[in-house]
Amino acid sequence: MGNARMFGPRRVEKSILQRIVGLNWGIVLANVLLAVAGFAMLYSVADGTWDPWASRQMLRFGVALLLMLVIAVIDIRYWMAIAYPAWFLGILLLFAVELVGDTGMGGQRWLDIGFMRLQPSELVKIATVMALARYFHGRNYFQARSLRSLVIPLLLLLIPFALVVRQPDLGTALMIVVGGVAVMFLAGVPAWLFVVAGVAITSAIPVAWQFLRPYQKDRILTFMNPESDPLGAGYQITQSKIALGSGGMTGKGFLEGTQSHLNFLPEMKTDFIFTVLVEEFGLMGAAAILLLYGIVLCYGLIMGIGCRNQFGRLLASGLAVSLFLYVMINVGMVMGLLPVVGVPLPLISYGGSAMLTWMVAYGLILSVSTHRHVTIAPKGSGII
Amino acid sequence: MLAGFQGLVLAALGVRLYYLSVVNGEKYRLRADKNRISIRLIAPERGEIFDRNGEKLATNTQDLRVLLVPEQTDQLRPTLKKIQQIIEIDDRRMARIERRIKRQRKFVPVTLAQGLDWQTFSRLNVEIPRLPGVLTDAGLSRLYPGGNSIAHLIGYMASPDDDDVAKSPLYQLPGFKVGRQGLERRYEPFLRGASGTRRVEVNAVGREIRELPPREEAERGDDLHLTLDISLQRFVMEQLGEEAAGAVVLDVASGDVLAIASSPGFDPNEFTRGISNANWQSLLKDPRSPLLNKSVSGQYPPGSTIKMIVALAALEQGLISPETTFFCNGRHRLGNHTFHCWQNRGHGTMDLMQAVANSCDVYFYKIAEKLDIDLIADMARRFGMGTTFDIGIDGEKAGLVPTREWKRIYQQQSWQLGETLNVAIGQGAMLATPLQLAVMTARMASGMEVFPRLVKDELAPKALFPTLDVNPFHLETIQRTMAMVMEPGGTAHDYARKKSAVALAGKTGTAQVRRITLAERATDGGVLENSELPWKSRDHALFVGYAPATAPEIAVSVIVQHGGGGSSVAAPLARKIMDFALSKTPANPDLEGQV
Repeated sequence: MGNARMFGPRRVEKSILQRIVGLNWGIVLANVLLAVAGFAMLYSVADGTWDPWASRQMLRFGVALLLMLVIAVIDIRYWMAIAYPAWFLGILLLFAVELVGDTGMGGQRWLDIGFMRLQPSELVKIATVMALARYFHGRNYFQARSLRSLVIPLLLLLIPFALVVRQPDLGTALMIVVGGVAVMFLAGVPAWLFVVAGVAITSAIPVAWQFLRPYQKDRILTFMNPESDPLGAGYQITQSKIALGSGGMTGKGFLEGTQSHLNFLPEMKTDFIFTVLVEEFGLMGAAAILLLYGIVLCYGLIMGIGCRNQFGRLLASGLAVSLFLYVMINVGMVMGLLPVVGVPLPLISYGGSAMLTWMVAYGLILSVSTHRHVTIAPKGSGII
Repeated sequence: MLAGFQGLVLAALGVRLYYLSVVNGEKYRLRADKNRISIRLIAPERGEIFDRNGEKLATNTQDLRVLLVPEQTDQLRPTLKKIQQIIEIDDRRMARIERRIKRQRKFVPVTLAQGLDWQTFSRLNVEIPRLPGVLTDAGLSRLYPGGNSIAHLIGYMASPDDDDVAKSPLYQLPGFKVGRQGLERRYEPFLRGASGTRRVEVNAVGREIRELPPREEAERGDDLHLTLDISLQRFVMEQLGEEAAGAVVLDVASGDVLAIASSPGFDPNEFTRGISNANWQSLLKDPRSPLLNKSVSGQYPPGSTIKMIVALAALEQGLISPETTFFCNGRHRLGNHTFHCWQNRGHGTMDLMQAVANSCDVYFYKIAEKLDIDLIADMARRFGMGTTFDIGIDGEKAGLVPTREWKRIYQQQSWQLGETLNVAIGQGAMLATPLQLAVMTARMASGMEVFPRLVKDELAPKALFPTLDVNPFHLETIQRTMAMVMEPGGTAHDYARKKSAVALAGKTGTAQVRRITLAERATDGGVLENSELPWKSRDHALFVGYAPATAPEIAVSVIVQHGGGGSSVAAPLARKIMDFALSKTPANPDLEGQV
């Protein structure tokens, strides 16, 4: 899919209007379609009513869509300039959560700042990719291969990781790491380092196991063998698999899902909404949604590769990988391929955080695409 | 490369989904159905119980109840308080209700009160819109219009225990009761009926969402038709009054149990509703043991009512003829032991007729000296003693017919002649139930092997019994002696004077329950009168009889525990019962005009 070159003439600076017109509206539409599928499923989960979930989700999406478009037209150099500050802000907020955060779903994840509840780990997810992209922007391929230059990126990566693990939110922490690793890999950090790290982590698992919370251990053990405890911890996965499987090729029909409407499914409107979708629309519906995600995310990567500046390239690719992880973990989870780690399906699951993350991240990807012809000096002393 | 990796992962997810939904789709579809479809039982209506004339003895009535669905109330305690203002629920019951609410799932209704009257029920219905979660309901509950008079034979309904639940899933239904005691218990599977089923869609917590056709209706239990005549039964219970007593009335020709009474009674409806602890304790502590079904489970020494059996055994053995006479001077010596006649001054010279009519003990001591105990036992058995008839009421006792073998096995001693003398006047080890005595009398009256039945047999409305293996001439002799009992000079004549043209036949019995010592006989007043004794030491009063004497239709036995003399207490009761029973028997049309 090498059609990135088909976007407009090779002009470096564009007016706001040009940028808006020049947006890849097809891919925006794909995002909207995913959100619409989410509205439909929330409508179904609420037994055929807009209230209370679908209507609020639509409102949120409206705001998030606007935000995405605004982010997309803001100059890429501005985003590069705030990469480090954003990272620091994120870390600060994580500390704040540690001190005064609300406890929800068995962990300290929320920061109540009056008008809304903020989930700093979501911000950190994006900011870490930004900061790493910013760091490697100034370094060429050979610099990236030197071990000494890996100290700062590792700090950029491991500090948020450690803080998020402490919350504890293993799913998000892993997503931060994998997103960051993707950036480092693309920046040219040698592959054997990842292999070494992988081996080290694997051998550290028995040690790490000691530090896991009981519910986390439970989830992992249950994932290994869900049938061992069909009414307890394995109930969610077992019921989810029943719902997925009973949907068959074409599903039971909209609003006709028995597993969902009779409440056999857990967390239907959030983590397990994909299950509801498959039960009602079958393999066909699921394939359509996965295909949409595939198009949106592959396009994200392609847009990254098509960018002329290193920051944009790394940012778009890193974010695309992060977002892909979201989808992969959630879908893998409801199918029983991954442990239940509490990761929502962005755009479709009910809730603002994941949607906001997705739309902001995708706004950045679009911004990268919009400014793909901008060249930036290695030190990043761009427009500001 | 990353894009390819992403595509690969998404494809893998798709394959996994294909595996789940298409390859294993059928399996998961079945499991989804198993999840959502639940089979619920429909409770059948219990069969009713009727007396011989079709009057209802046990029926089902609308039970007006008030229920509470805990999850639908906004505040549980204030709601309960408001209900308490309308209906009386004592604190103990309230505590039980609250425990139930805690234990059950929040959407399962809890019964707050049942058996409400219409007035309370309609007041509740007015209040209900202001009491969310409270609902009224009309279910079915068992009612016994016969009340006190039939408690012992019908039994009652109670909440099932774990054993019952193991027998049928029906017993798990809320409010479904199981028959306890009597006919309700014996005919439980027959009366219960068969459950119906309906398929309902349930959600994850088991709440019903909707019903899915088809529905299989419950099959009503079968009705039970008894041989009992409820009006006679009521009359008998009235006559027994407050005494601890049992009485049985049999139809001689068919063996139909027309009445089978045990006094004092109790109200089976109270048990079905849930008896209060105070009432239960008073039933348990009553010395007259109201809960015991005396007519089938009470075993008593037969007293002089056994004398016909002894006389018949002697006649059959050729030991005596009706004309054989013995002299009674009030006592009979055997070895160094003196056996007394009830008539201390003696009866003088007696033949068989006079001996039975006067219930002369000495006459029977003299027969018993020559009559082997096993011969008496054999005759007693031929007349239905020592066996059960299984008329459908649990706890039927076999009584006791002592023999040499019995003594050897159960007491490891050999039989003594003195014991035969005691058995011959109905004291000794022999025990009989009122039902057995009534059967004995019916067999005596008809010469047939009458077998009692309480439940109507539609296939054999008229029973045909084999003839007893007894010389008919001897039997007729005994029948004549029993008629003499009611004639002037007979023990029952003064107390049970004839009031109709119908001649009766019978035999009194007075069974001693204490030992009379020589010292007591030697005192001035002689043997203490019953009225001078504490209740527990007083004699049992017995009477067996049949009527009319010439063409027997009914046979009766009456036992009044510690009632005193058979002549003075039991005979008048039996007389009234027989008169009433005969007035009710349409089988003999020429009697109708005379009564």
